[in-house]
Amino acid sequence: MIDTENLSKQFGSHTAVDRLTLHIGEGEVFGFLGPNGAGKTTTVRMLTCLIGPTQGRATVMGYEVGKDSQSIRRHVGLLTETPGMYDRLSALKNLTIYAELYEVPDVPGQVEKYLRLLGLWERRQDAAGTFSKGMKQKLAIARALLHEPKILFLDEPTAGLDPEAAKLVRDFILEVKAQGRTIFLTTHNLDEADRLCDRVAVFNQRLRVIDTPQGLRQEMYGRQVVFHLADTAVPYQPTLQNLPYINRLEAIDNKLVVALDDPETHNPELIRLLVSAGANIQFVGELRHSLEDIYLRLVNES
Amino acid sequence: MKKIRTIIGKEWAEVFKNRLVLFSVIFLPLMLTILPLATIWGMSRFPASASSSVSTEEIEFFGDLCVGLTENECVMVYTLSLYTLLFMILPVMIPVTIAAYSIVGEKATRSLEPLLATPITDIELLTGKAIAAIVPAILATWLAYFVYAIGAVIMLGAELALAYVFAPVWVLAIFVVGPLMTFLSVSIAIMVSARVTDPRVAEQLSGLVVLPIILLLVGQSVGWVVVSRDMIYLIGVIVLILDVVLGFITVKSFQRETILTQWK
Repeated sequence: MIDTENLSKQFGSHTAVDRLTLHIGEGEVFGFLGPNGAGKTTTVRMLTCLIGPTQGRATVMGYEVGKDSQSIRRHVGLLTETPGMYDRLSALKNLTIYAELYEVPDVPGQVEKYLRLLGLWERRQDAAGTFSKGMKQKLAIARALLHEPKILFLDEPTAGLDPEAAKLVRDFILEVKAQGRTIFLTTHNLDEADRLCDRVAVFNQRLRVIDTPQGLRQEMYGRQVVFHLADTAVPYQPTLQNLPYINRLEAIDNKLVVALDDPETHNPELIRLLVSAGANIQFVGELRHSLEDIYLRLVNES
Repeated sequence: MKKIRTIIGKEWAEVFKNRLVLFSVIFLPLMLTILPLATIWGMSRFPASASSSVSTEEIEFFGDLCVGLTENECVMVYTLSLYTLLFMILPVMIPVTIAAYSIVGEKATRSLEPLLATPITDIELLTGKAIAAIVPAILATWLAYFVYAIGAVIMLGAELALAYVFAPVWVLAIFVVGPLMTFLSVSIAIMVSARVTDPRVAEQLSGLVVLPIILLLVGQSVGWVVVSRDMIYLIGVIVLILDVVLGFITVKSFQRETILTQWK
């Protein structure tokens, strides 16, 4: 659905996006992560034909960016970083304007559908300026979906929202995902990316890494099992030290952290060995690094 | 065409809910209608003092204008011609306020990016925004002029009013040159609006378009120039040429990328 090849954007001497190559498949929720000023919004703007690339090429639904701009605009939905509603106009009027601009066949029907879907129907006659931040964001999501685009670009969709509003937006993104639409999501909220995205890319002017959240964990930390013991863990370290399938072993207070490739196969043996060595195992669990750990490590490295 | 209609509707719905814009659209025509009528009314009520305030040189200068008129009528007709010139300021000033807000206002409220992401062409967007600014300006000018003309008929009498207020030179100025000037000021306002970040700056810069009219007004009031039919023709031709050139430049220089990436 979205393909880029060495896509680059320069503003004077500043390189905002450097040779970005990626492929995003149909129905995929793709997380685009990076610090402020990394070039995420610039990438979204290039892919939605708001600005042109300086080098490289990109296609969206088979249409080439820069050549088939009108076709791309017709088939994608964009939720910008700020809702950008017409504050003096009603919610109904706001959506009607956009439905007409997107040449939606049944304007009133489609507007009503999305106002109801997002719980704004009762307040349709109220000026958008009177809405809370969360409601404005929902209205902006409705605007992005009015023409039933196959691809949705969401630029920081939950930024600045309170937890309740953010959850509503996230739930709605999951609903949109279930409809089989492709979603390109830029976010700072790594927990959100972890929960919503099939794959994530860490980007800081150029692509640092791209994989599934689970794949990134595996790649960066391997799989790790934690044995919580009743006493200090150091005395039991030699028991496991020389086992061939252990990649790394660490004793921290009363915890033994073991990195290994196949915990399902080897955990029973490890437990047996520790118990025979006199360890009182309280519980065993898999250590799951957050996407934030991975992100921070990658961004710091870059 | 449908998208242009949508943009026009959107602009009117939005702009006329902006009190500042609404005020400038209503206030200026209202003032320019009331002021000359009040002046004429004052002159007709106190003829002696009105005539005595006009110098002999001025009466001599406007001799052609005053043929067959009494001194008092001459003063009123002279005043009318000055005020009628003011009606050429309206089609320049009113759209500037609307058009200046049209791009830079959307920039300020961040509503321009989603708008530019829709499948609307630059021509459709600019045409919609231009028409939305031009039509109210022309209608407000014509309406104000109509009310002013009726007032003049009542106060001066039909013969005098029709001869001077509805003189061909003024009909040409108000109904032909006026709309051409509106288009000019809108082109400039949209061009400026796309390059600045504050609606007030856009309005002030675009407002400079009115300067030539002010100069003309000052010139006539101090006796340097007399607005004649030839002069109006000349102004009309110059403005028409500028309309074509600036209209072309406005469309060509409207760069979505520049507008979006130069937001600060």
